[in-house]
Amino acid sequence: MATVRLSFSPAPVHVRTARLVGVAVARRAGVAEELLDEVRLAIGEACTRAVTLHRQYGLTELVTVEMSDSDSYTVRVIDHAPIEASVGLTKLPPDELADESLTDDALTTGVGFALLAGFVDDLQVRPVDDGTGTEVRMVWPVTRR
Amino acid sequence: MELSLADRTVAGHTVLEVGGEVDVYTAPRLRERLIELVDAGARDVVVDLERVEFLDSTGLGVLVGALKRLRTAHGTFGLVCAKEPLLKIFRITALDQVFPIFPTVEAATERDGSGPAS
Repeated sequence: MATVRLSFSPAPVHVRTARLVGVAVARRAGVAEELLDEVRLAIGEACTRAVTLHRQYGLTELVTVEMSDSDSYTVRVIDHAPIEASVGLTKLPPDELADESLTDDALTTGVGFALLAGFVDDLQVRPVDDGTGTEVRMVWPVTRR
Repeated sequence: MELSLADRTVAGHTVLEVGGEVDVYTAPRLRERLIELVDAGARDVVVDLERVEFLDSTGLGVLVGALKRLRTAHGTFGLVCAKEPLLKIFRITALDQVFPIFPTVEAATERDGSGPAS
């Protein structure tokens, strides 16, 4: 099992790097070409969520992305924000999206989760095993060449 | 590719052509430009997404913010987008029910600009 692990300081500029690496490893792992746009978007959303949470809580710890390609392509994005922050991961109903009272941040969080749930069939969000934080785990099928 | 922004006037509408990647890093620049345009008096605004290579939730949040700002200012706001991957993003988030989305700049600027932003 080949694993690539990337850790980056919680700055928006690094999210693009995580997307690029995530797609490069996905392609190498044998994820179908037509899924790569979705892989790119989903990894970006998961990393954006992690960076946003770290900044909200003033955390300087690194965000970690782990990519592995055993029987499938599995990406884990790990943050270190308090668990209760994950309560923000709620999908907004369409009629609330343009609600005047909804803040831009709340809207972005809701839309981000809608994109993750919409693009990733196999998605899990759960507390990390050790310490504080959340793991967003995404799995895509691979075809061996 | 880096974010690119260029505005021009078409049939009385302010058309902002966006290119490159709109994400958590670049979206604040798009937000600032849209605010500048509205502050400078633009009321019928069209954002052309044809040259956008990547758009995430942060970018979508900026576009909803612009729509709300123009509603408040009694203006109009529309998007130009014909790329299937981007259209899928709007469908999945149900934002295709929030924004008027047109296939071309011509179609977006043909409509009557006197109505409220919808």
